[in-house]
Amino acid sequence: MKHLLSSHDLSVDEIVGILDVADHMAEINTRSLPKVPALRGKTIASVFFEDSTRTRLSFETAAKRLSADVMTFMASSSSLNKGESLRDTIETLSAMGVDAMVIRHKSSGVPLTMTQWTDAVVINAGDGWHQHPTQGLLDAYTVTREFGTKDSLSGRSIAIVGDIKHSRVARSNIDIFRRLGAHVVVVAPPALLPKNIESWGVEVRNTIDDVVGEVDALYMLRMQLERMDSSIVPKLTEYCALYSLTPERAARMGSGAILMHPGPINRGVELIVDPTDVPGSRILKQVTNGVNVRMAVLFTLLGSGATTVLQQGGES
Amino acid sequence: MSESIVIRGATVVNPDAITLADVLIIDGVIAAVGGSLQADLELDGTGCYLSSGFVDLHTHLREPGKEEAETIESGSRAAALGGYTAVVAMPNTDPAQDNVETVRFVREQGIAAGLCEVVPSGCITIGRLGKQLVPYARLVEEGVTLFTDDGTGVQDAQLMQRALMLGKLLGITMAQHCEVASLTTGAVMHDGECCSSMGVPGWPSIAEEQMVRRDIDLVRVTGAKMHFLHLSTAGSVDLVRAAKAEGLPITAEVTPHHLALQDELLRGFDPVFKVNPPLRTAADIDALKLGIADGTIDAVATDHAPHAGHTKEQPLDAAPPGMLGLETALGVLNTAVTVSPQQIASLMSWAPARIAEVSQRHGRPIAVGEPANIAVWDTSTVWTVSRDHLSSKSRNTPFHGMDLRGRVRHTIFNGELVVRDGKALK
Repeated sequence: MKHLLSSHDLSVDEIVGILDVADHMAEINTRSLPKVPALRGKTIASVFFEDSTRTRLSFETAAKRLSADVMTFMASSSSLNKGESLRDTIETLSAMGVDAMVIRHKSSGVPLTMTQWTDAVVINAGDGWHQHPTQGLLDAYTVTREFGTKDSLSGRSIAIVGDIKHSRVARSNIDIFRRLGAHVVVVAPPALLPKNIESWGVEVRNTIDDVVGEVDALYMLRMQLERMDSSIVPKLTEYCALYSLTPERAARMGSGAILMHPGPINRGVELIVDPTDVPGSRILKQVTNGVNVRMAVLFTLLGSGATTVLQQGGES
Repeated sequence: MSESIVIRGATVVNPDAITLADVLIIDGVIAAVGGSLQADLELDGTGCYLSSGFVDLHTHLREPGKEEAETIESGSRAAALGGYTAVVAMPNTDPAQDNVETVRFVREQGIAAGLCEVVPSGCITIGRLGKQLVPYARLVEEGVTLFTDDGTGVQDAQLMQRALMLGKLLGITMAQHCEVASLTTGAVMHDGECCSSMGVPGWPSIAEEQMVRRDIDLVRVTGAKMHFLHLSTAGSVDLVRAAKAEGLPITAEVTPHHLALQDELLRGFDPVFKVNPPLRTAADIDALKLGIADGTIDAVATDHAPHAGHTKEQPLDAAPPGMLGLETALGVLNTAVTVSPQQIASLMSWAPARIAEVSQRHGRPIAVGEPANIAVWDTSTVWTVSRDHLSSKSRNTPFHGMDLRGRVRHTIFNGELVVRDGKALK
C-alpha cells in the first residue's frame, strides 16, 4: 500500500493492522509529552481545496505528534485564485520535496488522479461524494473499541441515517463496517439513496423509527441544508419528522447503543436532541480517536514499520 | 489534366456486389473498373476493400473558436486518414454556425485544407441557446441541409415542434442531441452501479429516452425528417425501431465508442472516458449492435470531439466530455462489431451520405463516371492506437494502447490522392 485513496485499497488485515497501531498511538497520546520521533525529517503537506476544521487539524496534530514537519496549503489563499491548474499546483508542491500529501477536494477521484503528478504518498482526506477512508477507519476504531471486539464487528448492527447518496463518509464506512462483519442498515429519503444501493450489501429501512431501538450504533450523517432547496425533501420539517434524532427517539436507543456523527453537526436538523444529553454519544470520542487513527495511518504509510520507535520519547 | 491513378487488386464494395477489380481514376472521375488498367500512379489495394469514401455525420472541428484543440485543417487531415471524404461540421463553434458568415467560413476553410469536403451543419436555435429559431431558409441557400444544437438538446417541445414544421417546409433534416437537461444536472457518467460507488452525479438512460420519445411524437405530428445523433441506450434503440416500423422519416446513428466501451472504464476517474452521452453498460452495447444488425441504426458517426490536453487534466466532474474518433472509427467498428464489408460501407458511407444529403458526390457506387471519392481499407490489419501518433491536434483518444483490427490504407478525395499507405500527403 503506497497511498490511501479509498477504503477499498485496504484488506481486512490492513484495516485491523492500522487499528492495532492506533492503540499504540492512543497510549502515546496519554503521555505527558505526547510526541514520538517516528516521522522526524518527513514533510507532510495538508492540501485542502475544501473547507475543513476537524479533518485538517486532526491530520496536522497527528503529524506533529509523530515529529513530522507540516505545511498547510489552503485553496482559498493560494494561486488557484490566479488560475493555476490543479496539476500545476500539485507538481509545484511536490517539487518542494514533500513526503506525503493529505488531500481534500470537492471532486471525486482527485486523490487518485494526482498520484500521476507526484511521487509523494497521497492520503485521501475526503474527495467529493466518493471516499473518506480515514473517517471510516476512525469510526471502525471507535465502534470496535467501544464494544471490545478488536478485530471484528460480527453480530453488531449499525444504522447510517441521512444523505447516503452525497456522502463520502457513508461510502467508506459502509465498506469498512461490512468487511469487519457488521450488519449495516441505511435510512435515507428516497432521493438521497444512491442508485443500486441493493448492490452495496446493506439493508434499507424507511425511517429512523424503524431502526432507533434495534441497532448497536446509530450513525447520523450531516444533512446539508442547501439540498432542501432542490426539493429532495419538501421541507425541513418533513426531513425532521422522518429522519432526525429527537430526545424522544434518543430515549428509545438500546442500552449500550452508541450515537455517532462525523461532524460538523447541523443542530436542529439531523440532531434535534443535544448530544451531551445522550449517554451513548461518542461524537467527541470520534474526534479523539481521529488523531490516534491518523497517526496510525501516517506511521503505516511513512514510517519505518517498526513499532519500537513508538516506545521512545519525543523531543519537545 | 491531372495524374491518373489506378488502384490494383482491391475488392470493390458496391451495394449490389463485391468484386475484385482495378479502379482507374482520371480527372476526378472513375474512368474504368476492371482488369489490367494502366495509369501514371499505381496504388496497391491487395487485401483491401475499396468503397466510396466515408462520410461522418458528426465531427467537431472546433474552428472557429477553439483552435488550440483542433482546426478545420487538422481535423480534415484526421478525417482523410480515417477514410473520410466528407465530414459534417457540428455547429457548436464560437461563433456558432447559426449565420451565413460562419457557415461560409467553415466551408471555405475546408476547401482551403483540401483533404475532404467539410459540410457545415446549422444550429436549430440561435447560439444553441434553445430560445429562438435560426432563419433556416438563408442557410439552406448556403447549402446547409442538417440542423442541430448538438451538445444540448432543444428542451422546449413547442419550439422543437415549430423547428420541425419549418424543416418539413424546407425539406431539411433536424438532428437531435437527445438529453433532457433537468435529468442530467452535473452528470458525469452513466447512472449505474459504477457511478453510484464512485460518488459522482449520474446520467440516467431516461434522460436520453425521454427526448427520443418526445421527438418521435413530434415527427409523427409534423411529418418532418429527423435524425437522432449518437444513440446510447437500449431503450432508445427500441423506440427508434418502433418508430421506423410505423414508417416515420427517422434516421439514427451510433458512435464507435458507444459500441466498444463501457461505463466501467471510468473507475479510474480518467476524463478521457468522459463523453456525452456517456459510455453505458454491456446490455446497452448489445442493443446497439442489434440495432445495427436489423437496420434500426443507419449510420456510424464519430462524434469526434477534440479537447486540448489541459482541459482534460482536470477532475472528472470538471473536465469537458468528448473523445477523438475520426482516425479510429473503422478499426473500432470492425473490432467491436461483427460486420460485413458492405455493412461497413453502408454504415460509414452510403447511409450517412444520404442523411447529410451529399450523395450527389459521396456514398456513390464505384462505377464508371462516378466522382472519385474513395476509401481503400482492410479489415485484417491489427494495429495499436497511440495518442502520440494521431494527426488530430488533441490527444484525447480513449483507445490509446488498444489493438484494433482494420485500417484505412488510401483515401482519394475529388480524384486526388490525399492519404497513401496510411500517411497523409498534405
